[in-house]
Amino acid sequence: MFEVESSTRVERSSVVPGTEELIINMGPQHPSTHGVLRVILRLDGETVKDCDCDIGFLHRGTEKIGENITYTMFIPYTDRLDYIAAPSSNLAWVTAVEKLFGWEIPMRAHYIRTLVAEFSRISSHLLWLATHALDIGAMTVFLWCFREREMVLDLFEHAFGARLTVNAFRLGGLFQDVPQKFLDLSQEFADLFPGRIGDYETLLTDNRIWLQRTRGVGVISADDAIDLSLTGPILRGSGVRWDIRRAQPYAAYPYLDFVVPVGENGDVYDRYLVRIEEMRQSTRIIQQCLAQLPKGPVSCKVPRTIKPPAGEVYHSIENPKGEFGFYIVSDGSETPYRVRIRPPSFVNLGGLKKLALGGLVADVVAIIGSIDIVLGECDR
Amino acid sequence: MELAFFYLFAAGIVGASLLMVTRANVIHAALLLVLAFLFMAGLFVLAGAEFLAGVQILIYAGGIMVLYLFSIMLMNVGVAVRLRQWHRQSVLALAAAVLLGAEVWAVLGRGGYPGAKAWGWGLGQTPGNVEALGEVLYTKFLFPFEVASILLLAAMIGAIVLAKREITR
Amino acid sequence: MGIAVEAVIALVKIAVVLGVVSLVVAYLTYLERKIIAHIQQRLGPMRVGWHGLLQPIADGAKLFLKEDIIPDKADKVVFVIAPIMVLVPAFVVYSVLPFSSTFYITQVNIGIFFILAVSSLGVFGIVMAGWASNSKYSLLGALRSAAQMLSYEIFLGFSIIGPLMLAGSLNMQKIVEAQSDVWFVFYQPLAFVVFFIAALAETNRVPFDLPEAETELVAGFHTEYSGMKFAFFFLAEYASIMVVSTVAVTLFFGGWQGIGWIPLPGFVWYVLKLGAMIFVFIWIRATLPRYRYDQLMRLGWKFMFPLVMANIFLTGLVKFLFL
Repeated sequence: MFEVESSTRVERSSVVPGTEELIINMGPQHPSTHGVLRVILRLDGETVKDCDCDIGFLHRGTEKIGENITYTMFIPYTDRLDYIAAPSSNLAWVTAVEKLFGWEIPMRAHYIRTLVAEFSRISSHLLWLATHALDIGAMTVFLWCFREREMVLDLFEHAFGARLTVNAFRLGGLFQDVPQKFLDLSQEFADLFPGRIGDYETLLTDNRIWLQRTRGVGVISADDAIDLSLTGPILRGSGVRWDIRRAQPYAAYPYLDFVVPVGENGDVYDRYLVRIEEMRQSTRIIQQCLAQLPKGPVSCKVPRTIKPPAGEVYHSIENPKGEFGFYIVSDGSETPYRVRIRPPSFVNLGGLKKLALGGLVADVVAIIGSIDIVLGECDR
Repeated sequence: MELAFFYLFAAGIVGASLLMVTRANVIHAALLLVLAFLFMAGLFVLAGAEFLAGVQILIYAGGIMVLYLFSIMLMNVGVAVRLRQWHRQSVLALAAAVLLGAEVWAVLGRGGYPGAKAWGWGLGQTPGNVEALGEVLYTKFLFPFEVASILLLAAMIGAIVLAKREITR
Repeated sequence: MGIAVEAVIALVKIAVVLGVVSLVVAYLTYLERKIIAHIQQRLGPMRVGWHGLLQPIADGAKLFLKEDIIPDKADKVVFVIAPIMVLVPAFVVYSVLPFSSTFYITQVNIGIFFILAVSSLGVFGIVMAGWASNSKYSLLGALRSAAQMLSYEIFLGFSIIGPLMLAGSLNMQKIVEAQSDVWFVFYQPLAFVVFFIAALAETNRVPFDLPEAETELVAGFHTEYSGMKFAFFFLAEYASIMVVSTVAVTLFFGGWQGIGWIPLPGFVWYVLKLGAMIFVFIWIRATLPRYRYDQLMRLGWKFMFPLVMANIFLTGLVKFLFL
């Protein structure tokens, strides 16, 4: 650990050092960096003096790929961005492209998309809660969450034939209508899920140790959060009521009734509460979608070769992790001229240093968990 | 039988101590010292002082030495190994050692500690070991006991004061 | 009856206890996996043997056959000794445990004190392992562990003083006999609470499993260990759980003494009580998150330490005034 060049006598002063700072490489293969994130920590004892993120281990050049394939062919690639909530990424891409075309999408497609997007939010939040709780040492929550996440993935399988990278939506609507069994099972899940959220909360929300580990840890003020352009539950945890589903409604959200929960203190605990409440609200949205689901076609008329007008468009949606947007420049050909992805994890991860400085190593783990990153879209 | 164990433990103490002072690596030295402590505890058991043996292990081996290791580990052991192990004071140290050895020899030659019997509890008194110790400690030796504890308290406060200043600076 | 016969009897007893304890400790891992699995609504090990009953044996065989890796930059001698240093104290302690009124290896006058002293040596193995691995995560884990075990040893030691004052002896058998009317847990609830918390910390169990907090320090002090050496650390951990559970049963729950007039042999009572204690250990692991290092220290020094001191004072006062 301590290498010294000279093998002869060493000055006495170097033998008796004061306290040394320790540099630790957390990751890229570390159990709690949630993927291939490498965090370089400079520690004084256990206090974090400096914190640096090294990303890009999962870089696959998705944006460049987007320039070389057609608009339809790019949809499966979006699955691999936020692979925890694949339908959400799909939705961002198809809505962006549809905005470029100016297509009218049938209401039934809108509702099913919203339904599936909310399921993906639940699935993403469940994975977040599971791993976040495990990071802090609560093991049972992890397995309980995966039990319910399994149900959501099964639902995806019923509707789209795949569990993780579902390739759920198509330009102009859906590939085909969802089977009735999917709707029945969705209803079953929506009735059952609030009780399960209650189960998780009995283990965590009022748990003294959980409170001590999360309250006052990783605090960020609303102003700082806005300055760092954080989005999603982190921003809302700091008390800013900003949710693109409300601010710039898309799909069926204008017709649905839901609350955007916000926190007060902007600490890890508030982000936890916000996400828990978001899961409840998602269940409400699912209930409403199922109740209001209109009949009709699930796709508008889509030409055989898709050639959008020349121009550019930016469209973003509220991904479980924050604002997920696509900026597309079209030159009128079959392939985009430029695709730019606005990933929530990448931007939110920029706030890590601000959140982690001065805390302890154990806090860094809790904070990374509370940022809820997925390296697929962070590295792109 | 007991004699065999005595020589075993005694040899252990001597061997471990010799190895300890000749090690260049401080961690190894510290661990050998622990070994010496354990053998010493064995000697205490042979002498019928089980409680003292327990204290020896709990306080010296389990407590103090861990703290030593704790601070040594944070230091630059790799550099310390390369340091010259002998310096000019070695002659002086040797002289002191010889002197001390002679003194011990002289004391032993006088026939052990005559005061030991006068304390009122022989070494072989096993059953009431702890009670006997407590009894003596809180009656006959109450004053030295309290002095020792006040000394320790002062040392502790001193250490805290020194450490605190380091932080606030 | 010469010395030789006595020695043989003692050796047989040691062999029996060692064998049984090793097996029980191995099955403790199975028990833990099964109980946690059912709390988490899954099945746990099911494949090896009926309901996975042979799982610990399969695990043991696997660990024996695994490649034994010693890192290049490790201090080889200390690296090898460390797991032994952890395991030996954990098993030596069993020599004084009273399994029933008649079955024990040896009786020493300082019984409970002996247990405390010997188990305090376990921390050496951990510190040695952390230092010898020459890895940052291991070193951090070892430092945490040393600080934690040293502090909590103190509370553990002080918490048993209350019951000891009531029993008036350090001898495990006499302590059990002193509880023939009322268990000490009813006289000494405070002491029991502190003892239990300190015991969790001493054995590195959730919520005090910081030294091996896998989500922070990868695996703490045993990050670099593999194969049988790794298994040693775990055997030692489970053996210590058994030990502290035994001490708890002995000091607070009347050891091998039964409840009321239910006619069961002492050993059965002992096993039942031990099982209940161990179940609580496992239950807690399935329920609670992990404390942070500074919070752990604060809990110890600012909450538990005054509590045990008050308990000792109160016990002394009551004893002085009324007994």
